[in-house]
Amino acid sequence: MGRTLFEKIWNRHLVKDLGAGTGLVLIDRVLLHERTGGVALESLAEAGHPVASPGQVFATMDHIVDTRPGRTDRTIMPTGTAFITATRDAALAAGITLFDLGDPRQGIVHVIAPELAIVLPGLTLVCPDSHTCSQGALGALAWGIGSSEAEHALATTTLRVTRPRTMRITIEGVLGAGVTAKDLALHLLARFGASGAKGHIVEYAGSAVRALDIEARLTLCNMATEFGAFSAIIAPDETVLAYLQGRPFAPTGAMWARAVADWATLVSDADAVFDTEHAVDAGDVRPMVTWGTSPQQAVPLGQPVPDFAQVSGRDTAEAHARALDYMGLTVGDAIVGAPIDAAFIGSCTNARLSDLRRAAAILKGRRVAAGVRAICVPGSGAVKAAAEAEGLDRVFLDAGFEWREPGCSMCFFAGGESFGADERVITSTNRNFESRQGPGTRSHLASPETVAASAIAGRIAAPGDLS
Amino acid sequence: MTPFSTLTSIAVPLIRDNVDTDAIIPSREMKTVGKRGLADGLFAGWRYTAVGGRVPEPGFVLNDPAYAGAAILLGGANFGCGSSREHAAWALAEYGFRAVIAQSFNPIFRGNCVRNGIVPIACNAQAFADAPQPLTIDLPVQTVTDAAGHATSFAIDDEAKAMLVGGLDAIALTLRHRDAIAAFRQADAVRRPWAYR
Repeated sequence: MGRTLFEKIWNRHLVKDLGAGTGLVLIDRVLLHERTGGVALESLAEAGHPVASPGQVFATMDHIVDTRPGRTDRTIMPTGTAFITATRDAALAAGITLFDLGDPRQGIVHVIAPELAIVLPGLTLVCPDSHTCSQGALGALAWGIGSSEAEHALATTTLRVTRPRTMRITIEGVLGAGVTAKDLALHLLARFGASGAKGHIVEYAGSAVRALDIEARLTLCNMATEFGAFSAIIAPDETVLAYLQGRPFAPTGAMWARAVADWATLVSDADAVFDTEHAVDAGDVRPMVTWGTSPQQAVPLGQPVPDFAQVSGRDTAEAHARALDYMGLTVGDAIVGAPIDAAFIGSCTNARLSDLRRAAAILKGRRVAAGVRAICVPGSGAVKAAAEAEGLDRVFLDAGFEWREPGCSMCFFAGGESFGADERVITSTNRNFESRQGPGTRSHLASPETVAASAIAGRIAAPGDLS
Repeated sequence: MTPFSTLTSIAVPLIRDNVDTDAIIPSREMKTVGKRGLADGLFAGWRYTAVGGRVPEPGFVLNDPAYAGAAILLGGANFGCGSSREHAAWALAEYGFRAVIAQSFNPIFRGNCVRNGIVPIACNAQAFADAPQPLTIDLPVQTVTDAAGHATSFAIDDEAKAMLVGGLDAIALTLRHRDAIAAFRQADAVRRPWAYR
């Protein structure tokens, strides 16, 4: 019987079968950030365990740092500096590569790892961050872990992993005009639910997936954790090779050729059997927006807030009612047209150059509506520099957006900043949880295009709605 | 880590679906570089009347004196979804929880529980909310028994069970395979040199 892409990567990393479905799995890359990196490294040092292979470990600053222009180690959050300095000191002591504040390579971990080719096809890569699944877009087995597991990976170059089940979601057809990878991710969440991929490694396949560029694939895979998945992965193809070749940590010369030959085997065999299979028609996907407090609570733009009967397959009555109460909405309310207080473009989901270009195309020559606070946070120093070289910063600034330094920013509480209670925010991020973006803040997830259009309109709007 | 054998405690019902780790411990409550000092921030957004405040919200179940000292938490589906922050497990453990019974768990959160001595039990928690208290969890035999003597079996993978029952340190356990890992890496570096640096 054929093997899945996941099984091929798993098998070649399996140091030892620990029995009962658990394997001791070799880890090729460990990524750290300052919220948990400092804790993990300090805790490891206290226990007397050295970092076993520091060359394979990278750290960046994204989760705590301020993103306002002119930033320093200080944050609005009074204790933020301690996280930054602890991570810096521990990274230096351990001899791992650090992309510190001021380094042009600094940025959100899941933006910089692909940019720098730290992630490569067929590698195992872990990070104490749930959105590590993003990096499966490059054909790696990449997944989020806790701090204790990060310590384990650092000390042993392995993890003890319970083997996930396999799922393939095959998406055939063509995404409609103005429909993005973010909309596709929200479509899948609305259809299969926030625990729809529970316990599975999800392989995204099909013509619609192959047609996505790398940045769009990263967006799609990013939200696999919202799906309850172990992770997501896409088979590496020519698009991946073209993206990676020549990037700073990519192999070069004869080594590149050797790696490429190896990566050609990283595909699910035609007769591979998955534990679960789903088929999705790309033509069914519409621009999406969330109405509730779970990413599964999403509808196509233009549809009203659903009643309980429409979502009872996934939501309990209690969850439906709670979400409506929190969001200040009632069944049947039009979501398009809801007045907004803020618009946010950023995060590991949608803060790459293509995201900013598409948003800027909508913002060009327009102004953000009065009373709306609009913020753009490029995902990395490289994204910011490339955007500025194209003049995108001027487009955002002229439209009335703030133009920030790279980091996680107001996706949650990075830098100690958040939105206000009852403020309605349209956001290109990944989580609309209660109080995620601020205590009492009402978050609506959407694509960068929809965020840009809404910022101009002053209310939730589809890009096509603008005059 | 303290070995887990049996535990008898009343159970606190927080039976909501998709309870995320931002709810379990909000970012603003993760104030120090470390694993302690988090119990006060547990469920802060629901537990207190105001942001950053410490005045108990009387309607929140953890503030009900009937559940004081409870070491078992009951949850709904997809419990612990969202951020991988282990602070959620650290906060639960520091507060005194030793077990969470929920319909289903987020995989990262579940792993974080196991590494911090909290037993994740995946089954219908509502039945236990309605059962006579206290409950007794017997991990070696994998049962939850209510005060009337009604026992329910649960499944848990062998790895997690061994870790919890033995109170084992995963790193120490894995380092017993140090030589096998070194040999594997040496051979692998020949097969996949680009993976090493």
